[in-house]
Amino acid sequence: MPQTRRTMLVDPLVDNNPITLQVLGICSALAVTSSLQVALVMTIAVTLVTAFASMFISIIRNQIPGSIRIIVQMIIIASLVILVDQVLKAYAFEISKTLSVFVGLIITNCIVMGRAEAFAMKNPPLDSFIDGVGNGLGYGLILMLVGFFRELFGSGSLFGVTILETVNNGGWYVPNGMLLLPPSAFFIIGLIIWAFRAWKPAQVEEREYKIQTVGGH
Amino acid sequence: MSDTTENTSEKKGFIRRFLDAPADSVGKTVFVAVALCLVASMIVSAAAVALRPTQEVNALKDKQRNILQVAGIYDPEIDVVEAFAAFEPQVVELATGAFTDQFDPTTFDDRAAAEDPATSVALSDDPAGIIRKGNFATIYLLRDDAGAIDKVILPIHGYGLWSTLYGFVALEENGNDIFALQFYEHAETPGLGAEVDNPRWKALWNGKKLTDENGELQINVSKAATAAGADYHIDALAGATLTSVGVNNLVQFWMGEAGFAPFLSNLKEGKL
Repeated sequence: MPQTRRTMLVDPLVDNNPITLQVLGICSALAVTSSLQVALVMTIAVTLVTAFASMFISIIRNQIPGSIRIIVQMIIIASLVILVDQVLKAYAFEISKTLSVFVGLIITNCIVMGRAEAFAMKNPPLDSFIDGVGNGLGYGLILMLVGFFRELFGSGSLFGVTILETVNNGGWYVPNGMLLLPPSAFFIIGLIIWAFRAWKPAQVEEREYKIQTVGGH
Repeated sequence: MSDTTENTSEKKGFIRRFLDAPADSVGKTVFVAVALCLVASMIVSAAAVALRPTQEVNALKDKQRNILQVAGIYDPEIDVVEAFAAFEPQVVELATGAFTDQFDPTTFDDRAAAEDPATSVALSDDPAGIIRKGNFATIYLLRDDAGAIDKVILPIHGYGLWSTLYGFVALEENGNDIFALQFYEHAETPGLGAEVDNPRWKALWNGKKLTDENGELQINVSKAATAAGADYHIDALAGATLTSVGVNNLVQFWMGEAGFAPFLSNLKEGKL
């Protein structure tokens, strides 16, 4: 199927989601999903970085020597991440305090590098930009889903607004502390992958082995 | 880049020839690496330099807002910088507990001073986990209309579970009753250790006393009150034992002899 700009944008949301299908970027999905606000800022940051990194890499793709292409990609990605970090510190200080080290870790997010290497090195700048936006949003979609469950059941709130009044604040809800710890994101991402593959069986991977019947003794 | 109509190199300009050179040649590899690094570092440093003033204002405002909050006079309606003018900053020499005018209190940087060997000591007995202790600390005095000291805001910091917690404790004018305690910078586990930010837990500190009648430091954060009684006891955070232990240690350290005890005794005796 030929890729149109529309499929470049929409495919990574469900059909080719970087987290659930390619299983990339799991590390940061564990770290920044304990509250929705943080997850949203992370989504925006990753989307911007992926889109612009893909675009810049695509612009100079014919000039990048193959022997140092990964380092070249890393420099472009790292510079953009530092820009994002600096801007957050200047204009969204509170959020940058909660995101702290994770903004810097966008550099090591496999999605950014994966799109640079797999798509931007072979496609024109505008397409690469759209592909970057699509993948950033696909990542963000899962982040927001995980963040929704973790914040609602872990802290009893959504975007910091109390939904379930917790016992600590004089309410009735005993928050599930495990949901605030990173491992809980594994369970939720696993359940989301299950749900996606039940909905779209084409995403189910083929078995790497085949069960054979043994004939005779 | 891919046009091949010009096939003799003499006709091409320098840039054209360069772009057409094979990307994998040694010269081009070096050139791309150097040029990219230069461009990237210029962009990054330009952004860092251009945004630094805004960032510093933010960090300072955040600290000032926390001082206002811990003193109980924070009002979101009023500009932080304006409200902060009510405080009188002073640099205290910890060992003697007296004010010093060696430094300008409005610009003295406690954290930088705590790392500078000239103004700090390495700790051998280090319950708060801070490794080095500055010899000086910036404190903030809030005076009432008559000019008498109303509240004293002291900076405290120490290690919790994952991170160093930085905060302030606000004491009443007698230098023994706690008005409030608040951390403005930490990276403890959200929902567990980070409950040090929970208003209900912070409210527990109000009205507690540091020392008993004999001048012994009795304040503690623990699961059950010590023999000294409930006036000196703050309930530990559920599910955050190590953060609670860290807060206990750092408060005891900074309120003890190594910390602000000399200053507080000066305050009680009216020697300031």
